[in-house]
Amino acid sequence: MNLRRLLAMAIKEALQVWRDPRSLAVALLMPVMQMAILGYGVSLDIKHVPLCVYNQENSQQSRAVVDRFVSSGWFSVSHVITRYSGIRRAMDRGECIAAIVIPVNFSRTLAATGSAPVQAIFDATDVNTTNIALGYAQGVVAQADADITAQWDAAHDVQPSLVGQVQLDPTVWFNETLDSRYFIIPGVVAVILALVGAQLTSLTISREWERGTMEQLISTPISALEVMLGKLIPYFLIGLFDAAFCLAAAIFWFGVPFRGDLATLFVTTALFNLVVLGIGYLISVRIRSQLGASQIALMVTMLPTTLLSGYTFPIDQMPAPIQALTYIVYPRYYVTILRGIFLKGSGLSDLAGPMIGLSLYAAGIIWLAARAFRKRL
Amino acid sequence: MSASGDGPSVLAEALTKKFGDFTAVDHLDLRIEKGQVVGFLGPNGAGKSTTIRMLCGLLLPTSGQASVAGFDVGREPEAVREHIGYMSQKFSLYGDLTVQENLRFFGGIYRVRKAEFAERMRFAISMAGLEGRQNALVNTLAGGWKQRLALGCAILHRPPVLFLDEPTSGVEPEARRQFWDLIHDLAAEHVTILVSTHYMDEAEYCNQVALIDRGKLIALGTPSELRGHRLSGRLYELRCSPLGGALKALTGVPGVVEASIFGDRLHVVLADSGPAESDIQRLLGEHGIEADLPRRIVPSLEDVFVQLVSRGEEHRVTS
Repeated sequence: MNLRRLLAMAIKEALQVWRDPRSLAVALLMPVMQMAILGYGVSLDIKHVPLCVYNQENSQQSRAVVDRFVSSGWFSVSHVITRYSGIRRAMDRGECIAAIVIPVNFSRTLAATGSAPVQAIFDATDVNTTNIALGYAQGVVAQADADITAQWDAAHDVQPSLVGQVQLDPTVWFNETLDSRYFIIPGVVAVILALVGAQLTSLTISREWERGTMEQLISTPISALEVMLGKLIPYFLIGLFDAAFCLAAAIFWFGVPFRGDLATLFVTTALFNLVVLGIGYLISVRIRSQLGASQIALMVTMLPTTLLSGYTFPIDQMPAPIQALTYIVYPRYYVTILRGIFLKGSGLSDLAGPMIGLSLYAAGIIWLAARAFRKRL
Repeated sequence: MSASGDGPSVLAEALTKKFGDFTAVDHLDLRIEKGQVVGFLGPNGAGKSTTIRMLCGLLLPTSGQASVAGFDVGREPEAVREHIGYMSQKFSLYGDLTVQENLRFFGGIYRVRKAEFAERMRFAISMAGLEGRQNALVNTLAGGWKQRLALGCAILHRPPVLFLDEPTSGVEPEARRQFWDLIHDLAAEHVTILVSTHYMDEAEYCNQVALIDRGKLIALGTPSELRGHRLSGRLYELRCSPLGGALKALTGVPGVVEASIFGDRLHVVLADSGPAESDIQRLLGEHGIEADLPRRIVPSLEDVFVQLVSRGEEHRVTS
């Protein structure tokens, strides 16, 4: 290992990235775009579900029920209709997902018996959204029910019964506002770093083969290890720069609470960087065309990071064989670590499990990458 | 292990390379002494590049062995690489780097001593004729400059042995001549140079010429040795028309060793006890071919090469 050769290689590689518009775009533009698209675009929260209201009674009390839906923030009224068929039409056009129908004798029934039905209709073509909207609707109605019952009891001088008075008082930790963005954005950072890192290094060896510079390079006394390390140095720095950008955007732009310490973040991010750079390099050694290498790099980073890292699809809810599979998917460890550092303020000792996983992965990949390149034609 | 001072710079023994069923280099023996400029001649696909690549440690020989600067190419490829400069057939500097950046890169890779580096770089730039263009991207240079810069990069670390694989192909004649001047300057400093080419005229610039055809070394000697002793018979040149008909008419005639077309003329080798010049002219006349009286000429290397190659073919056919 010779420092001078390492440095010569690193400088050469950095100059080539600097002069290659495509690499530069991947290194600098892609993180910004991905952060904007994934950060804003991916949200599991559903707000302002378009609601179709068919208020047959239109009394003060029935309007109060509708107001509860609106003021919850989960719904916004898109249509007020006066005929049943209007619901079908609005749903067919996709203009509303939910509809409530308040019957004509709503307040009278309520006054007489202390309870009255409200019909809710959902468009279940998108099951996920419907389930969430249904949950919201049940929440709104339950709250209304509790308030009305209390009023009715007071008005009729009924002692509130003890039955049904055990109340759940939920306290949510780590993501107090239950904002799914806080949960997703650390995962987005992992996705971006994996994509960018592997894309850049996937070109590094294949470019030399494609341009015919490899033959000259391997005729020199530079060792395979010096080639690898020299080439990875600039990409490692770019990776850290991109990580700093993405993490800063997560904290300062998207407002994800950061409760951990920077040292833990740095160590784990550096490790993750090594893994993705090593994977890209490994692909680059094996595939001698830049296009092929970059396609494969896209596949082996994009698929596991988006599908199996737990970044949007919770690992706990996957079938057992798929869950087992996630252990060999490196972004899983980094996503877990990032969420821990960001939301829980976990330190190195708390994250020992995923840290060991990631370290083993990094060591394995770098070992394979160091052995992969042979100085032969 | 150190480079042996007195031994040959390049020694190949029964060096063989097979790609599947195809034998690219076939039991090649080669010995090049220090400070020699050896021309490696042969048609395309003869095995020149494969041989050079094996000598540089870029390809593993299928069998046989070779040493360069005293180091075995199979066992000590890194030691070999420390002691050689190599220019591949295809231009292989970094086009997206400037002249100076390329030189700095190779200077770093070869660990040229810091104290010496500035001077070596100046030398390489002036040798390539690129003064004032240090900051030009290499892609923007014309062929001749690119080749000279590639040579400059290959000799930054003062290698004792230099392998140049068709360095002048695709370069205009004037730049080719300049390139050969550089090669001779290097040889004057005792650098051993193996340079492959398919330009026969360039062989005249070499101390020694190795002729290779279909993976086999078919002749090795100085240009004058090859010209003088290798040709069996007397060489004549004659103008005649049509050339093709004349070639056919002379084939198989007793005493005619060899006939081949050279540009707009015919070269004919006649056995020492064979027909006289006038016999040839009369013979062609009988076939309705107008011909001048054959004129005896000094054989060029190309004549030798043609004869050696065709002799090899006959040999292969009969064996």
